Amino acid sequence: MKKKDLPQDDSGLKGFTREVCYVKNSDGKYESGLSSGWDVKNEALENAWGDINEQIEEAKQAIAAGEKSPIYYYFIKNLMDFQVLSGYTGFWKFSIKKHMTPKGFAKLSDKKLAKYANAFNVSIEELKTPKL
Amino acid sequence: MVKDYKHIQTAHCENGVITSLLQHQGLDFMTEPLAFGMGAGLFYIHIPYMKVNGGPMISFRAMPGGIFSKTCKSLNVELDKRKFKDELTAQKYLDEKVAQGIPVGCQVGVYNLSYFPKEYRFHFNAHNLIVYGKEGDTYLISDPVMEEVTTLSTNDLNKVRFAQGVLAPKGHLYYPKSIGKVDKTTIQKAIISGINRNIIYMYRAPGPVIGATGIKGTANKIRTWRDKLGARKAGLYLGQIVRMQEEIGTGGGGFRFLYAAFLEQAADHLQNDKLMPISDQFTKAGDLWRSSAVQMAGIYKGRLTEQKDFDHTADIMTEISAIEYNAFKQLAKLNLK
Repeated sequence: MKKKDLPQDDSGLKGFTREVCYVKNSDGKYESGLSSGWDVKNEALENAWGDINEQIEEAKQAIAAGEKSPIYYYFIKNLMDFQVLSGYTGFWKFSIKKHMTPKGFAKLSDKKLAKYANAFNVSIEELKTPKL
Repeated sequence: MVKDYKHIQTAHCENGVITSLLQHQGLDFMTEPLAFGMGAGLFYIHIPYMKVNGGPMISFRAMPGGIFSKTCKSLNVELDKRKFKDELTAQKYLDEKVAQGIPVGCQVGVYNLSYFPKEYRFHFNAHNLIVYGKEGDTYLISDPVMEEVTTLSTNDLNKVRFAQGVLAPKGHLYYPKSIGKVDKTTIQKAIISGINRNIIYMYRAPGPVIGATGIKGTANKIRTWRDKLGARKAGLYLGQIVRMQEEIGTGGGGFRFLYAAFLEQAADHLQNDKLMPISDQFTKAGDLWRSSAVQMAGIYKGRLTEQKDFDHTADIMTEISAIEYNAFKQLAKLNLK
């Protein structure tokens, strides 16, 4: 890539930082340049977030329909996978799956609820009745 | 606080930490491209059957930490590196070293990294930053992908040092403990050893998973995605490839330009002009990676929807595969020793 082709599009980095890229200068030698962002990349990121937001909406509906517990909602909202949530709470994957059902969630002790609240960075109150 | 610490911004965090820490120890010749090349950083892998964020698991660079240890080993740099079981011990050890005036590298998770833009914060646990001081409850942070130095509260730093999930950092920290003799010959040897290691990764590794032939393997998969996954999911998969190529701290096209820059610097250090035309081939590969990203964007934006558009993307990647294969073949033929 030539230095003059280095994209300078608006991106989520605005106000935070610019990215270093290696580009060829007019002498044909490599040097580093700063890019504020590239639309192609922004769109990939936007697309990924669009998909995540869709999953969050589906999770909200599943709770409203009584199919899933708030654990599932916060799990999706915080972009977690089982390894992540397992790491923060110390619960096994199969226990977490149980807690993701309304029935399993109802049986949780305050101590266990506190572990989840901590992992999702919310209060126990917010955990029990998430603002959807 | 560390005296005379100089923040260096780089394209990739791991290269950045190596460059900054080694320059701080007096190895002034160190640059990001050299760190990347000596550490055999160029890579490609498409791990079959595994998914990350619901999409294909692809990496354009060597295993996290690999570049660091390889570069340091070749330059006779002895590292003190350790992981911890609990936050308090990890914090104490870090505080102790920083108080001694040592800049310390830390592996962290990105999800709770408060100075990062929200859109970039996923559960990615192989980010690296340097702690170069502490004032009261605030750590002075030099993050190689940021233009300026920044800060984190004790609580925030502990949180990201003990992020959970794949590649959980477990408080991992490291710094150069001692540096042996580094002269012209050491540098030349480190460059050659990095190149030779990269030849194994990218040229000698057989099959459609790893190395240059792995790129072709992905290309062949892309041809089937439209029928197999449907347009929407296939678009998300392609978006993931672009993000793996170009997100902060990674870079597929970006890594190819970095390797081209490395070979240019290597030609100078080794006094070997034969490396220059090979450097040009990596520039070409990088440019093509960018074209492939533009083409993929057309698909995930819904502008391009037909099978021929998927085939065109795959064709570009097949071409990249051939270029990188031949470039490493030529590097292998140079038989550098």
